[in-house]
Amino acid sequence: MSANLLYDHPGPRARVRNRVLSLVFAVLLLAGLYGIYRSFDSTDQWTWQKWQPFFQTVTLPGGQEVNFWTDYAVPGLLGTLRAAATAMLFALAFGLVFSAARLSEHRWIRVPAGVVVEFFRAVPVLLMIFFLSYGGFWVFGTLIEPFWSVVIGLTFYNGSVLAEAFRSGILAVPKGQSEAAYSLGLVKSQVMRMILVPQAARTMLPVIVSQLVVVLKDTALGYIVSYPELMLEGSKSSAVFGNAVPTFMVLAMIYIVINATLTLVAHLLKRRADRRGVTNTSTKAAAANAAAAGLGGGVGVAG
Amino acid sequence: MDVFSDPANLQLYIDGFLMILKLTGASTLLALVLGLLLAACRVSPVPVLRAFGAGWVHLFRNTPLTLVILFCFFGLYSAVGVEFSDDLHINNYWLAVTGLSAYTAAFVCEAIRSGINTVPLGQAEAARALGLTFTQNLRLIILPQAMRSVVAPLGSIVIALTKNATIAGVIGVPEASNSMKTLIEARGDQTIAIFAVFALTFVALLVPVGYGFSALANRLMVRR
Amino acid sequence: MRMKRLAAVAAVALLALGAAACGTDTETPSTPSGESPLVGKATAGSLKFGVKADQPGLGLQAGAAYEGFDIEIAKIIAKGLGGDPAKNTYVTTVSANREPFIQSGQVDIVVATYTINDDRKKKVNFAGPYFTAGQDLLVKVDSTIAGPEGLDGKKVCSVTGSTPAKRIKEKFPKVQLQEFDAYSKCVEALANGTVDAVTTDDIILAGYASQAQYVGKFKVVGKPFSSEPYGIGLKLEDKAGCTKINEILKESVTNGSYKAAWDATLGKSGTPAPTLDVSKLTNCPA
Repeated sequence: MSANLLYDHPGPRARVRNRVLSLVFAVLLLAGLYGIYRSFDSTDQWTWQKWQPFFQTVTLPGGQEVNFWTDYAVPGLLGTLRAAATAMLFALAFGLVFSAARLSEHRWIRVPAGVVVEFFRAVPVLLMIFFLSYGGFWVFGTLIEPFWSVVIGLTFYNGSVLAEAFRSGILAVPKGQSEAAYSLGLVKSQVMRMILVPQAARTMLPVIVSQLVVVLKDTALGYIVSYPELMLEGSKSSAVFGNAVPTFMVLAMIYIVINATLTLVAHLLKRRADRRGVTNTSTKAAAANAAAAGLGGGVGVAG
Repeated sequence: MDVFSDPANLQLYIDGFLMILKLTGASTLLALVLGLLLAACRVSPVPVLRAFGAGWVHLFRNTPLTLVILFCFFGLYSAVGVEFSDDLHINNYWLAVTGLSAYTAAFVCEAIRSGINTVPLGQAEAARALGLTFTQNLRLIILPQAMRSVVAPLGSIVIALTKNATIAGVIGVPEASNSMKTLIEARGDQTIAIFAVFALTFVALLVPVGYGFSALANRLMVRR
Repeated sequence: MRMKRLAAVAAVALLALGAAACGTDTETPSTPSGESPLVGKATAGSLKFGVKADQPGLGLQAGAAYEGFDIEIAKIIAKGLGGDPAKNTYVTTVSANREPFIQSGQVDIVVATYTINDDRKKKVNFAGPYFTAGQDLLVKVDSTIAGPEGLDGKKVCSVTGSTPAKRIKEKFPKVQLQEFDAYSKCVEALANGTVDAVTTDDIILAGYASQAQYVGKFKVVGKPFSSEPYGIGLKLEDKAGCTKINEILKESVTNGSYKAAWDATLGKSGTPAPTLDVSKLTNCPA
């Protein structure tokens, strides 16, 4: 149901009322924004000195030339993307393996896989990252670099979320498909590989891209363990330029542009899948369920 | 396991999880209220409100929570001067709650909106035919039906929120992940035991919540 | 059946991957000629120094380069070991990972505001101290805070779980302690009046106070309430390297390079170079 069916097509009076309401709320909104502007202004957050670093290279009193973008933002963004891409690849592998394991007909595979998936979905990523970063040395005898603690932490969590998404995606492929495949004499692994996974994959593609947004956002946890990603580099730059508030605003904008683009891609993929008719009601429900968990996953909800 | 036989360490563990519960409790309530309002904005006939709702969702859904919470401290508190209490720790707690709620509300809003989309067309049309206004329609017909299919996603959101509460540590709120870090730094040789205790506490807290919500969702589900 | 095997293979692969990710080989330094392995590394130009990246005046990463007093000390050491200081590699360390970094060989030498204490001496060897700092307070110029006694009820900022934070909690329980993961956050909070003081070693505070954007805004109170001898950390078994570095430090005092290092960095804030008491250098236990 689309939202605009909640109310009648506005008649003359409703149009006037909506316009009045629009105006009232617009004024309130602007007043609110102006209030925010003023309170930032009262603490000198809009001064050129604080915004200059985003537009030009600044020469520090020591004579050093520093540029926000080339020295901090771009290397930081590369760090973010590197961690996100690596974690996503591992998470996909983890998700595939564990969704297959959870669909296994052998109890001794199914049950432990289920325990692992439930465990990693319930443990906060930050806890995993702290464990690896601060405790890794004691457990593995070697210090785990921040990059790997972020990647491993994100892999286990997002891999578990993807495992559940894949599982419900595979379960949602109409039963007739696998029945037909079995009757053609295919064995289980063939049915999985040739019939179920390809069909589930198309409906799962938007879910995967949405999960990428989660991974990308969560790389910001690397900030807390000094992995040089966008947040940390931005924060370092704000220490050099003394402009925390403007820097956070610019960082937020960078994240929003990237993630909004990814969300758009997910949306387009979903529309294409819908148009091609690869979805049916049950796969749609599975995709919706998986997407709902997009912000951080739910234990025992999907499936 | 003898790390936890030291009363000071045990206290650190208990305090950490109490803080997680306090953060989650307050943020859940605020996020639900705010999310409901935002969802109402997003489906309302007033374009400005629709834009406001959409703007909020896009802003918070695409920004890392770490950044949101840091901004609450350095933007809201330091720069704008929003102060909840003279006591630093109480103030930090509410700043974290503000960040967590604002962030989570965006997800609550989207969950409710997609819940609204599951209510069959005929319901809204029948309500309009009876002459119900937008607010009556939403309040009496749509939301009560939508809430049923929102229960499952809301469960996921509450669980995610509980885990996200650990990020409050970034502005110095003494929550569980900070306690764990402190314990590991003091007793590195017992890292595995420390991690196991903290991780399993989260599992013990969250797995029942997950199953509870899905049982509730199944009971409330409208069979169509 | 194949499904099962596939899953097993993938699981093993994942484990192997994890192991590969974690397993950096930790070669033990061999000292056949009684010479420190550091000398060989210095001549080869492959010395790796663990330094701080977020402490202006001491160890600060500005762009791709590192700068500060600690970095200058690292250069002196590299030169003294027979290497080319320009070939030094700097690795960012944080307080919690300095011992593990040395033990696992991820860095050869740590020069990172590294206080010598008995706990750490069990894990790493210390040369130095090259400087003796003390915990102090950084406040706004117009602040009335004159020492740690005047802090009751005030908001003081330090780094989560750090020694200065612990000391404040224990000795001054009436202080409201704000904890962040980095001092730079604390200084920002001080600049906009969110906290009343920042506490850590005086030399670190002086570094922040001398940052361009804060010049004239802050002052270090100047009543240190602890003594923090900064050492140069290296592998516990590398006694030869420790002795060698102490000799290099002694020489740096006589040839003036120590003073030059100070003047080029922390000295910029106007503080004259301290005299390095070479009689207090560690005896490098094996």
